[in-house]
Amino acid sequence: MTAAIGAGPYSDVIRRRWRGPRFRGELTGANRVAEDVNPLCGDRVRVMLRVEGDAVAAARFVGDSCAICTAAADVASEMVEGRPARRGAVAVPDVLEALQADIRPTRMRCVTLPVSVLDAALGDGRAAAPAARSARP
Amino acid sequence: MTLDELTRPDFPILERVVNGRPLVYLDSAASSQRPRSVIDAMSRYYERSHANVHRSIHTLGEEATELYEQCRDAVQRFIGAAAREEVILTRGTTDGLNLVADALGHALAPGDEILVSEMEHHSNIVPWQMAARVRGGAVRAIPVAGDGRLDLDAFRRLLGPRVRVVAVAHVSNVLGTINPIPEIARAARAAGALTVVDGAQAAPHLPLDIQALECDFYAFSGHKMLGPTGIGVLWGRRDLLERLEPTRGGGEMIREVWIDRAVWNDLPWRFEPGTPPIAEAVGLAAAVEYLEKLGMTRVAEHGRALAQRAVERLSAVPGVTVYGPPAGTPRGAVVAFSVAGLHPHDVAALLDAEGIAVRGGHHCAQPLMARLGVVGTARASFSVFSSVADVDRLAAAVAGLDAAL
Repeated sequence: MTAAIGAGPYSDVIRRRWRGPRFRGELTGANRVAEDVNPLCGDRVRVMLRVEGDAVAAARFVGDSCAICTAAADVASEMVEGRPARRGAVAVPDVLEALQADIRPTRMRCVTLPVSVLDAALGDGRAAAPAARSARP
Repeated sequence: MTLDELTRPDFPILERVVNGRPLVYLDSAASSQRPRSVIDAMSRYYERSHANVHRSIHTLGEEATELYEQCRDAVQRFIGAAAREEVILTRGTTDGLNLVADALGHALAPGDEILVSEMEHHSNIVPWQMAARVRGGAVRAIPVAGDGRLDLDAFRRLLGPRVRVVAVAHVSNVLGTINPIPEIARAARAAGALTVVDGAQAAPHLPLDIQALECDFYAFSGHKMLGPTGIGVLWGRRDLLERLEPTRGGGEMIREVWIDRAVWNDLPWRFEPGTPPIAEAVGLAAAVEYLEKLGMTRVAEHGRALAQRAVERLSAVPGVTVYGPPAGTPRGAVVAFSVAGLHPHDVAALLDAEGIAVRGGHHCAQPLMARLGVVGTARASFSVFSSVADVDRLAAAVAGLDAAL
Protein backbone atom coordinates (compact mmCIF):
# COMPACT_ATOMS: atom_id res chain seq x y z
CA MET A 1 0.00 0.00 0.00
CA THR A 2 1.37 3.39 -0.94
CA ALA A 3 0.33 6.50 0.89
CA ALA A 4 -2.10 8.64 -1.07
CA ILE A 5 -0.08 11.76 -1.39
CA GLY A 6 -0.98 13.10 -4.79
CA ALA A 7 -2.22 16.35 -3.32
CA GLY A 8 -0.80 18.24 -0.39
CA PRO A 9 2.61 19.55 0.44
CA TYR A 10 4.80 17.03 -1.36
CA SER A 11 5.09 18.40 -4.88
CA ASP A 12 7.38 16.85 -7.45
CA VAL A 13 9.86 19.66 -6.82
CA ILE A 14 9.95 18.86 -3.12
CA ARG A 15 10.33 15.13 -3.71
CA ARG A 16 13.11 15.64 -6.22
CA ARG A 17 14.99 18.11 -4.02
CA TRP A 18 14.51 15.87 -0.96
CA ARG A 19 15.82 12.77 -2.71
CA GLY A 20 18.72 14.55 -4.36
CA PRO A 21 19.47 17.99 -2.97
CA ARG A 22 22.05 19.70 -5.17
CA PHE A 23 23.25 22.30 -2.69
CA ARG A 24 23.54 20.16 0.43
CA GLY A 25 27.00 19.79 1.93
CA GLU A 26 29.89 21.66 3.45
CA LEU A 27 31.28 24.69 1.59
CA THR A 28 35.01 25.16 1.34
CA GLY A 29 36.04 28.77 1.79
CA ALA A 30 32.73 29.88 3.28
CA ASN A 31 32.98 33.39 4.71
CA ARG A 32 29.38 33.84 5.85
CA VAL A 33 27.65 31.27 8.04
CA ALA A 34 24.37 31.26 9.95
CA GLU A 35 22.42 28.57 11.75
CA ASP A 36 19.07 28.34 13.48
CA VAL A 37 16.58 25.86 14.81
CA ASN A 38 12.84 25.35 14.44
CA PRO A 39 11.58 25.20 18.03
CA LEU A 40 8.47 23.33 16.94
CA CYS A 41 10.28 20.27 15.67
CA GLY A 42 13.96 20.66 16.53
CA ASP A 43 15.04 20.91 12.89
CA ARG A 44 18.36 22.67 12.49
CA VAL A 45 19.73 24.30 9.37
CA ARG A 46 23.13 25.87 8.72
CA VAL A 47 23.72 27.95 5.60
CA MET A 48 27.24 28.68 4.35
CA LEU A 49 28.05 31.31 1.75
CA ARG A 50 31.17 32.27 -0.10
CA VAL A 51 30.85 35.92 -0.92
CA GLU A 52 33.20 37.37 -3.51
CA GLY A 53 33.01 41.10 -4.03
CA ASP A 54 29.37 42.08 -3.69
CA ALA A 55 27.90 38.82 -4.90
CA VAL A 56 27.28 35.31 -3.58
CA ALA A 57 29.67 33.02 -5.42
CA ALA A 58 28.53 29.79 -3.77
CA ALA A 59 25.93 28.60 -1.25
CA ARG A 60 25.52 25.28 0.59
CA PHE A 61 23.47 24.08 3.51
CA VAL A 62 23.53 21.24 6.02
CA GLY A 63 20.92 20.27 8.54
CA ASP A 64 18.65 17.83 10.28
CA SER A 65 15.50 18.66 8.41
CA CYS A 66 12.30 17.35 6.86
CA ALA A 67 11.60 17.07 3.15
CA ILE A 68 9.97 20.50 2.89
CA CYS A 69 12.73 22.25 4.83
CA THR A 70 15.44 20.46 2.85
CA ALA A 71 13.80 21.33 -0.45
CA ALA A 72 13.32 24.95 0.60
CA ALA A 73 16.97 25.19 1.68
CA ASP A 74 18.05 23.67 -1.63
CA VAL A 75 15.92 26.06 -3.69
CA ALA A 76 17.01 29.08 -1.65
CA SER A 77 20.68 28.13 -1.99
CA GLU A 78 20.33 27.78 -5.74
CA MET A 79 18.50 31.09 -6.02
CA VAL A 80 21.03 33.11 -4.04
CA GLU A 81 24.06 32.10 -6.06
CA GLY A 82 25.04 35.00 -8.27
CA ARG A 83 22.79 37.46 -6.48
CA PRO A 84 23.97 40.53 -4.52
CA ALA A 85 25.11 39.60 -1.02
CA ARG A 86 22.59 41.59 0.93
CA ARG A 87 19.54 40.82 3.04
CA GLY A 88 16.38 40.14 1.11
CA ALA A 89 18.22 38.61 -1.85
CA VAL A 90 15.88 35.61 -1.56
CA ALA A 91 12.37 36.03 -0.17
CA VAL A 92 9.90 33.46 1.10
CA PRO A 93 7.33 33.99 -1.71
CA ASP A 94 10.03 33.24 -4.32
CA VAL A 95 10.87 29.97 -2.62
CA LEU A 96 7.19 29.04 -2.19
CA GLU A 97 6.59 29.64 -5.86
CA ALA A 98 9.54 27.48 -6.83
CA LEU A 99 8.40 24.63 -4.58
CA GLN A 100 5.02 24.49 -6.38
CA ALA A 101 3.42 22.97 -3.29
CA ASP A 102 0.43 23.57 -1.06
CA ILE A 103 2.21 24.39 2.19
CA ARG A 104 -0.17 24.51 5.13
CA PRO A 105 0.37 26.99 8.00
CA THR A 106 1.63 24.20 10.29
CA ARG A 107 4.48 23.52 7.86
CA MET A 108 5.21 27.11 6.79
CA ARG A 109 8.06 27.32 9.30
CA CYS A 110 9.74 24.47 7.38
CA VAL A 111 10.04 26.92 4.45
CA THR A 112 10.76 30.10 6.38
CA LEU A 113 13.52 28.58 8.54
CA PRO A 114 16.10 28.09 5.77
CA VAL A 115 15.17 31.41 4.15
CA SER A 116 15.64 33.29 7.42
CA VAL A 117 18.93 31.50 8.07
CA LEU A 118 20.09 32.42 4.58
CA ASP A 119 19.04 35.99 5.26
CA ALA A 120 21.03 36.02 8.50
CA ALA A 121 24.07 34.75 6.61
CA LEU A 122 23.60 37.52 4.05
CA GLY A 123 23.37 40.01 6.91
CA ASP A 124 26.04 39.82 9.56
CA GLY A 125 26.83 36.20 8.77
CA ARG A 126 26.62 35.09 12.36
CA ALA A 127 24.31 32.47 13.81
CA ALA A 128 20.74 33.68 14.17
CA ALA A 129 20.62 31.76 17.45
CA PRO A 130 23.42 30.25 19.51
CA ALA A 131 24.06 26.73 18.26
CA ALA A 132 23.84 24.22 21.10
CA ARG A 133 25.22 21.51 18.89
CA SER A 134 26.33 21.48 15.32
CA ALA A 135 24.11 20.30 12.53
CA ARG A 136 24.86 16.98 10.91
CA PRO A 137 25.47 17.01 7.17
CA MET B 1 -17.12 -6.66 23.70
CA THR B 2 -13.75 -4.91 23.51
CA LEU B 3 -13.25 -1.59 25.25
CA ASP B 4 -13.11 0.32 21.97
CA GLU B 5 -16.34 -1.30 20.74
CA LEU B 6 -17.94 -0.22 23.98
CA THR B 7 -16.63 3.35 23.92
CA ARG B 8 -16.40 4.42 20.27
CA PRO B 9 -20.07 5.45 19.98
CA ASP B 10 -19.46 7.86 22.86
CA PHE B 11 -16.86 9.91 20.95
CA PRO B 12 -18.54 12.10 18.31
CA ILE B 13 -15.23 13.18 16.75
CA LEU B 14 -14.50 9.62 15.63
CA GLU B 15 -17.23 10.04 13.00
CA ARG B 16 -14.97 12.47 11.15
CA VAL B 17 -13.53 11.72 7.77
CA VAL B 18 -10.03 13.16 7.29
CA ASN B 19 -8.53 13.41 3.81
CA GLY B 20 -11.19 11.08 2.52
CA ARG B 21 -10.53 8.36 5.08
CA PRO B 22 -12.22 7.58 8.41
CA LEU B 23 -10.17 9.24 11.14
CA VAL B 24 -7.69 7.06 13.00
CA TYR B 25 -6.72 9.16 15.99
CA LEU B 26 -3.43 7.97 17.47
CA ASP B 27 -2.33 11.14 19.24
CA SER B 28 -3.99 10.77 22.62
CA ALA B 29 -0.68 11.24 24.44
CA ALA B 30 -0.70 14.81 23.13
CA SER B 31 -4.41 15.25 23.81
CA SER B 32 -7.14 12.63 23.94
CA GLN B 33 -10.66 13.10 22.60
CA ARG B 34 -13.76 13.64 24.74
CA PRO B 35 -16.81 11.45 25.21
CA ARG B 36 -20.22 13.06 24.82
CA SER B 37 -20.79 12.91 28.59
CA VAL B 38 -17.90 15.35 29.12
CA ILE B 39 -19.04 17.70 26.36
CA ASP B 40 -22.64 17.57 27.63
CA ALA B 41 -21.65 18.17 31.26
CA MET B 42 -19.78 21.33 30.27
CA SER B 43 -22.60 22.58 28.02
CA ARG B 44 -25.15 21.88 30.73
CA TYR B 45 -23.05 23.80 33.23
CA TYR B 46 -22.87 26.85 30.94
CA GLU B 47 -26.54 26.63 30.04
CA ARG B 48 -27.87 26.17 33.58
CA SER B 49 -25.43 26.80 36.41
CA HIS B 50 -22.62 29.19 35.55
CA ALA B 51 -21.55 31.77 38.11
CA ASN B 52 -18.33 32.47 39.96
CA VAL B 53 -17.38 30.08 42.74
CA HIS B 54 -16.80 30.51 46.47
CA ARG B 55 -18.06 34.09 46.61
CA SER B 56 -21.52 34.49 45.11
CA ILE B 57 -24.30 33.88 47.63
CA HIS B 58 -27.03 33.42 45.03
CA THR B 59 -28.34 30.07 43.81
CA LEU B 60 -26.18 29.85 40.70
CA GLY B 61 -23.10 30.73 42.72
CA GLU B 62 -23.88 27.90 45.11
CA GLU B 63 -24.47 25.46 42.27
CA ALA B 64 -21.25 26.41 40.51
CA THR B 65 -19.29 26.09 43.75
CA GLU B 66 -20.79 22.71 44.46
CA LEU B 67 -20.03 21.44 40.94
CA TYR B 68 -16.48 22.77 41.10
CA GLU B 69 -15.80 21.15 44.45
CA GLN B 70 -17.36 17.89 43.26
CA CYS B 71 -14.48 17.67 40.80
CA ARG B 72 -12.04 17.72 43.70
CA ASP B 73 -13.94 14.88 45.36
CA ALA B 74 -13.99 12.88 42.13
CA VAL B 75 -10.24 13.34 41.71
CA GLN B 76 -9.58 12.43 45.34
CA ARG B 77 -11.46 9.18 44.81
CA PHE B 78 -9.82 8.54 41.43
CA ILE B 79 -6.27 8.78 42.75
CA GLY B 80 -6.91 7.51 46.27
CA ALA B 81 -5.78 10.68 48.02
CA ALA B 82 -6.03 10.73 51.81
CA ALA B 83 -7.82 14.09 51.88
CA ARG B 84 -9.59 16.42 49.46
CA GLU B 85 -7.32 19.24 50.68
CA GLU B 86 -4.44 17.47 48.96
CA VAL B 87 -6.05 17.95 45.54
CA ILE B 88 -5.18 21.31 43.97
CA LEU B 89 -6.89 22.09 40.70
CA THR B 90 -4.45 23.68 38.25
CA ARG B 91 -4.39 24.59 34.55
CA GLY B 92 -2.63 21.37 33.63
CA THR B 93 0.48 19.30 34.30
CA THR B 94 2.84 22.09 33.25
CA ASP B 95 1.08 24.50 35.58
CA GLY B 96 1.23 22.03 38.49
CA LEU B 97 4.93 21.30 37.98
CA ASN B 98 5.69 25.02 37.77
CA LEU B 99 3.73 25.59 40.95
CA VAL B 100 5.82 23.01 42.84
CA ALA B 101 9.10 24.17 41.30
CA ASP B 102 8.32 27.81 42.19
CA ALA B 103 7.34 26.96 45.73
CA LEU B 104 10.15 24.50 46.44
CA GLY B 105 12.60 26.77 44.64
CA HIS B 106 12.25 29.33 47.41
CA ALA B 107 13.74 26.84 49.84
CA LEU B 108 16.76 26.01 47.67
CA ALA B 109 20.21 27.16 48.71
CA PRO B 110 23.24 27.71 46.47
CA GLY B 111 24.79 24.35 45.66
CA ASP B 112 21.56 22.40 46.14
CA GLU B 113 20.80 19.85 43.46
CA ILE B 114 17.70 18.76 41.59
CA LEU B 115 17.69 15.43 39.79
CA VAL B 116 15.56 15.11 36.68
CA SER B 117 15.56 12.12 34.39
CA GLU B 118 16.86 12.22 30.85
CA MET B 119 13.45 11.08 29.60
CA GLU B 120 11.53 14.03 31.09
CA HIS B 121 9.13 16.22 29.18
CA HIS B 122 10.40 19.81 29.03
CA SER B 123 7.75 20.73 31.60
CA ASN B 124 9.57 18.65 34.22
CA ILE B 125 12.99 20.08 33.29
CA VAL B 126 12.68 23.77 32.52
CA PRO B 127 10.78 24.82 35.70
CA TRP B 128 13.57 23.20 37.72
CA GLN B 129 16.24 24.98 35.68
CA MET B 130 14.44 28.24 36.43
CA ALA B 131 14.21 27.47 40.15
CA ALA B 132 17.86 26.41 40.26
CA ARG B 133 19.04 29.49 38.38
CA VAL B 134 17.35 31.87 40.81
CA ARG B 135 18.82 30.15 43.88
CA GLY B 136 22.19 29.03 42.55
CA GLY B 137 21.30 25.36 42.42
CA ALA B 138 22.12 22.77 39.79
CA VAL B 139 20.00 20.39 37.71
CA ARG B 140 21.51 16.96 37.06
CA ALA B 141 20.24 14.14 34.87
CA ILE B 142 19.39 10.57 35.79
CA PRO B 143 20.54 8.72 32.66
CA VAL B 144 18.35 6.50 30.51
CA ALA B 145 19.84 3.06 29.89
CA GLY B 146 19.98 1.42 26.47
CA ASP B 147 16.79 -0.54 27.13
CA GLY B 148 14.78 2.66 27.59
CA ARG B 149 14.62 2.35 31.36
CA LEU B 150 16.15 4.62 33.97
CA ASP B 151 19.62 3.67 35.15
CA LEU B 152 18.72 3.25 38.83
CA ASP B 153 22.29 2.47 39.87
CA ALA B 154 23.38 5.79 38.41
CA PHE B 155 20.41 7.42 40.15
CA ARG B 156 21.55 6.09 43.53
CA ARG B 157 25.07 7.35 42.87
CA LEU B 158 23.69 10.80 42.03
CA LEU B 159 21.61 10.91 45.24
CA GLY B 160 24.11 12.90 47.25
CA PRO B 161 23.52 15.04 50.33
CA ARG B 162 22.79 18.18 48.28
CA VAL B 163 19.88 16.68 46.34
CA ARG B 164 16.62 18.35 47.40
CA VAL B 165 14.24 17.24 44.67
CA VAL B 166 13.93 14.23 42.36
CA ALA B 167 11.61 15.02 39.43
CA VAL B 168 10.57 12.06 37.26
CA ALA B 169 7.83 10.99 34.91
CA HIS B 170 5.61 8.11 35.96
CA VAL B 171 5.28 7.08 32.29
CA SER B 172 7.56 8.47 29.56
CA ASN B 173 5.64 10.36 26.87
CA VAL B 174 8.06 9.01 24.25
CA LEU B 175 9.40 5.63 25.35
CA GLY B 176 6.32 4.54 27.25
CA THR B 177 8.62 3.37 30.05
CA ILE B 178 6.81 2.94 33.37
CA ASN B 179 9.22 4.15 36.01
CA PRO B 180 9.32 2.46 39.44
CA ILE B 181 8.07 5.45 41.39
CA PRO B 182 7.88 3.78 44.85
CA GLU B 183 11.47 2.60 44.55
CA ILE B 184 12.66 6.02 43.38
CA ALA B 185 10.66 7.86 46.04
CA ARG B 186 11.94 5.63 48.85
CA ALA B 187 15.54 6.17 47.80
CA ALA B 188 14.95 9.92 47.50
CA ARG B 189 13.34 10.13 50.92
CA ALA B 190 16.19 8.18 52.50
CA ALA B 191 18.53 10.79 51.02
CA GLY B 192 16.41 13.66 52.32
CA ALA B 193 14.93 14.64 48.94
CA LEU B 194 11.34 15.14 47.81
CA THR B 195 9.93 13.30 44.79
CA VAL B 196 7.84 15.18 42.24
CA VAL B 197 6.12 13.03 39.62
CA ASP B 198 4.87 14.03 36.18
CA GLY B 199 1.82 11.79 35.87
CA ALA B 200 0.48 13.23 32.60
CA GLN B 201 0.85 9.93 30.72
CA ALA B 202 -0.04 7.70 33.66
CA ALA B 203 -3.29 9.15 35.01
CA PRO B 204 -5.22 8.42 31.77
CA HIS B 205 -4.06 4.81 31.63
CA LEU B 206 -3.08 3.29 34.97
CA PRO B 207 -5.06 2.62 38.14
CA LEU B 208 -3.61 5.16 40.56
CA ASP B 209 -3.10 4.63 44.26
CA ILE B 210 -1.28 7.83 45.04
CA GLN B 211 -0.34 6.83 48.56
CA ALA B 212 1.21 3.55 47.41
CA LEU B 213 3.44 5.51 45.00
CA GLU B 214 5.14 7.05 48.07
CA CYS B 215 5.95 10.25 46.18
CA ASP B 216 5.43 13.77 47.55
CA PHE B 217 3.83 15.59 44.60
CA TYR B 218 2.04 14.27 41.52
CA ALA B 219 0.78 16.35 38.59
CA PHE B 220 -1.47 15.47 35.67
CA SER B 221 -3.76 17.03 33.02
CA GLY B 222 -7.45 16.75 32.29
CA HIS B 223 -7.17 16.85 28.50
CA LYS B 224 -5.07 13.71 28.19
CA MET B 225 -7.63 11.71 30.19
CA LEU B 226 -10.78 12.44 28.17
CA GLY B 227 -11.39 15.75 29.96
CA PRO B 228 -11.12 19.35 28.80
CA THR B 229 -8.00 21.46 28.21
CA GLY B 230 -7.14 24.14 30.73
CA ILE B 231 -7.47 22.04 33.86
CA GLY B 232 -5.20 19.66 35.71
CA VAL B 233 -4.39 18.38 39.14
CA LEU B 234 -1.51 18.80 41.51
CA TRP B 235 -1.63 16.35 44.37
CA GLY B 236 0.68 16.95 47.32
CA ARG B 237 1.15 15.48 50.76
CA ARG B 238 -0.88 17.53 53.16
CA ASP B 239 1.95 18.16 55.62
CA LEU B 240 4.14 19.45 52.78
CA LEU B 241 1.42 21.60 51.26
CA GLU B 242 0.77 23.12 54.70
CA ARG B 243 4.41 24.23 54.88
CA LEU B 244 4.67 25.39 51.27
CA GLU B 245 4.44 29.13 50.64
CA PRO B 246 2.11 30.05 47.80
CA THR B 247 3.91 31.82 44.95
CA ARG B 248 0.88 33.27 43.21
CA GLY B 249 -1.45 35.71 44.89
CA GLY B 250 -4.93 37.06 44.27
CA GLY B 251 -8.51 36.40 45.19
CA GLU B 252 -9.56 33.02 46.57
CA MET B 253 -6.15 32.20 48.03
CA ILE B 254 -6.41 34.59 51.00
CA ARG B 255 -8.22 34.65 54.31
CA GLU B 256 -7.70 38.36 55.03
CA VAL B 257 -5.90 41.17 53.24
CA TRP B 258 -4.53 44.48 54.46
CA ILE B 259 -2.56 46.96 52.41
CA ASP B 260 0.77 45.71 53.73
CA ARG B 261 0.10 42.01 54.34
CA ALA B 262 -2.27 39.09 53.88
CA VAL B 263 -3.12 35.84 55.59
CA TRP B 264 -3.37 32.78 53.36
CA ASN B 265 -6.52 30.75 52.94
CA ASP B 266 -6.73 27.09 53.95
CA LEU B 267 -5.75 24.24 51.69
CA PRO B 268 -6.42 23.66 48.87
CA TRP B 269 -7.63 27.15 47.91
CA ARG B 270 -4.34 28.69 49.05
CA PHE B 271 -2.89 27.47 45.76
CA GLU B 272 -5.86 28.37 43.56
CA PRO B 273 -5.78 32.16 43.10
CA GLY B 274 -8.31 33.85 40.86
CA THR B 275 -11.40 32.48 39.21
CA PRO B 276 -10.65 28.83 38.48
CA PRO B 277 -11.57 26.89 35.32
CA ILE B 278 -15.04 25.98 36.54
CA ALA B 279 -16.59 24.46 33.42
CA GLU B 280 -13.36 22.55 32.92
CA ALA B 281 -13.63 21.16 36.45
CA VAL B 282 -17.15 20.01 35.61
CA GLY B 283 -15.77 18.34 32.49
CA LEU B 284 -12.90 16.73 34.37
CA ALA B 285 -15.30 15.29 36.93
CA ALA B 286 -17.35 13.80 34.08
CA ALA B 287 -14.17 12.35 32.53
CA VAL B 288 -13.17 10.78 35.85
CA GLU B 289 -16.64 9.25 36.18
CA TYR B 290 -16.45 7.91 32.63
CA LEU B 291 -13.07 6.26 33.28
CA GLU B 292 -14.26 4.87 36.61
CA LYS B 293 -17.25 3.27 34.92
CA LEU B 294 -14.94 1.55 32.43
CA GLY B 295 -12.62 0.52 35.23
CA MET B 296 -8.98 1.60 35.21
CA THR B 297 -7.68 -1.96 35.34
CA ARG B 298 -9.47 -2.65 32.09
CA VAL B 299 -8.35 0.68 30.63
CA ALA B 300 -4.73 -0.16 31.50
CA GLU B 301 -4.95 -3.61 29.96
CA HIS B 302 -6.45 -2.14 26.76
CA GLY B 303 -3.63 0.41 26.38
CA ARG B 304 -0.98 -2.17 27.14
CA ALA B 305 -2.35 -4.63 24.57
CA LEU B 306 -2.53 -1.98 21.83
CA ALA B 307 0.98 -0.72 22.58
CA GLN B 308 2.26 -4.28 22.50
CA ARG B 309 0.60 -4.95 19.17
CA ALA B 310 1.95 -1.69 17.75
CA VAL B 311 5.48 -2.59 18.87
CA GLU B 312 5.19 -6.00 17.21
CA ARG B 313 3.57 -4.81 13.99
CA LEU B 314 5.81 -1.76 13.51
CA SER B 315 8.99 -3.68 14.40
CA ALA B 316 8.18 -6.11 11.60
CA VAL B 317 8.22 -3.33 8.97
CA PRO B 318 11.62 -3.08 7.22
CA GLY B 319 13.39 0.20 8.02
CA VAL B 320 11.29 0.94 11.10
CA THR B 321 12.96 1.47 14.48
CA VAL B 322 10.78 1.26 17.56
CA TYR B 323 12.02 2.99 20.73
CA GLY B 324 11.44 2.12 24.35
CA PRO B 325 11.51 -0.96 26.53
CA PRO B 326 11.82 -4.31 24.74
CA ALA B 327 8.68 -6.16 23.64
CA GLY B 328 7.00 -7.90 26.53
CA THR B 329 8.01 -5.24 29.08
CA PRO B 330 5.07 -3.34 30.58
CA ARG B 331 4.78 0.07 28.94
CA GLY B 332 2.38 2.96 28.68
CA ALA B 333 -0.04 3.42 25.80
CA VAL B 334 2.54 5.07 23.56
CA VAL B 335 4.95 3.83 20.89
CA ALA B 336 7.63 6.04 19.33
CA PHE B 337 9.17 4.94 16.05
CA SER B 338 11.17 6.18 13.10
CA VAL B 339 11.20 5.22 9.44
CA ALA B 340 14.60 5.00 7.75
CA GLY B 341 15.16 7.85 5.32
CA LEU B 342 12.11 9.83 6.40
CA HIS B 343 11.91 12.78 8.76
CA PRO B 344 9.29 12.33 11.53
CA HIS B 345 7.35 15.38 10.35
CA ASP B 346 7.10 13.86 6.89
CA VAL B 347 6.02 10.54 8.40
CA ALA B 348 3.26 12.36 10.30
CA ALA B 349 2.19 14.35 7.23
CA LEU B 350 2.15 11.27 4.98
CA LEU B 351 0.10 9.32 7.53
CA ASP B 352 -2.26 12.29 7.83
CA ALA B 353 -2.92 11.95 4.13
CA GLU B 354 -4.23 8.48 5.03
CA GLY B 355 -6.46 9.91 7.77
CA ILE B 356 -4.10 8.70 10.50
CA ALA B 357 -3.17 11.24 13.18
CA VAL B 358 0.19 10.62 14.85
CA ARG B 359 2.66 13.03 16.37
CA GLY B 360 5.99 13.74 14.73
CA GLY B 361 8.76 15.75 16.35
CA HIS B 362 10.73 15.93 19.57
CA HIS B 363 7.68 15.48 21.83
CA CYS B 364 8.96 18.23 24.14
CA ALA B 365 11.73 15.86 25.17
CA GLN B 366 14.82 17.19 23.43
CA PRO B 367 17.33 15.80 25.97
CA LEU B 368 15.87 12.35 25.34
CA MET B 369 16.07 12.91 21.56
CA ALA B 370 19.75 13.79 22.00
CA ARG B 371 20.21 10.61 24.07
CA LEU B 372 18.56 8.58 21.30
CA GLY B 373 20.63 10.41 18.68
CA VAL B 374 17.64 11.58 16.66
CA VAL B 375 16.12 14.96 15.90
CA GLY B 376 12.67 13.54 16.54
CA THR B 377 10.47 10.50 16.15
CA ALA B 378 6.97 9.65 15.07
CA ARG B 379 4.71 8.57 17.91
CA ALA B 380 1.46 6.64 18.02
CA SER B 381 -0.50 6.78 21.26
CA PHE B 382 -3.73 5.20 22.34
CA SER B 383 -6.85 5.78 24.37
CA VAL B 384 -9.89 3.79 25.40
CA PHE B 385 -11.42 4.23 21.94
CA SER B 386 -8.33 3.06 20.05
CA SER B 387 -8.66 -0.31 18.38
CA VAL B 388 -6.65 -3.20 16.99
CA ALA B 389 -7.90 -2.09 13.56
CA ASP B 390 -6.38 1.36 14.19
CA VAL B 391 -3.01 -0.22 14.97
CA ASP B 392 -3.21 -2.43 11.90
CA ARG B 393 -4.11 0.50 9.64
CA LEU B 394 -1.13 2.38 11.05
CA ALA B 395 1.24 -0.53 10.46
CA ALA B 396 -0.02 -1.03 6.90
CA ALA B 397 0.35 2.67 6.11
CA VAL B 398 3.85 2.81 7.61
CA ALA B 399 4.81 -0.22 5.51
CA GLY B 400 3.88 1.80 2.40
CA LEU B 401 5.83 4.91 3.32
CA ASP B 402 9.21 3.98 1.85
CA ALA B 403 7.86 4.58 -1.63
CA ALA B 404 5.95 7.71 -0.71
CA LEU B 405 8.59 10.41 -0.98
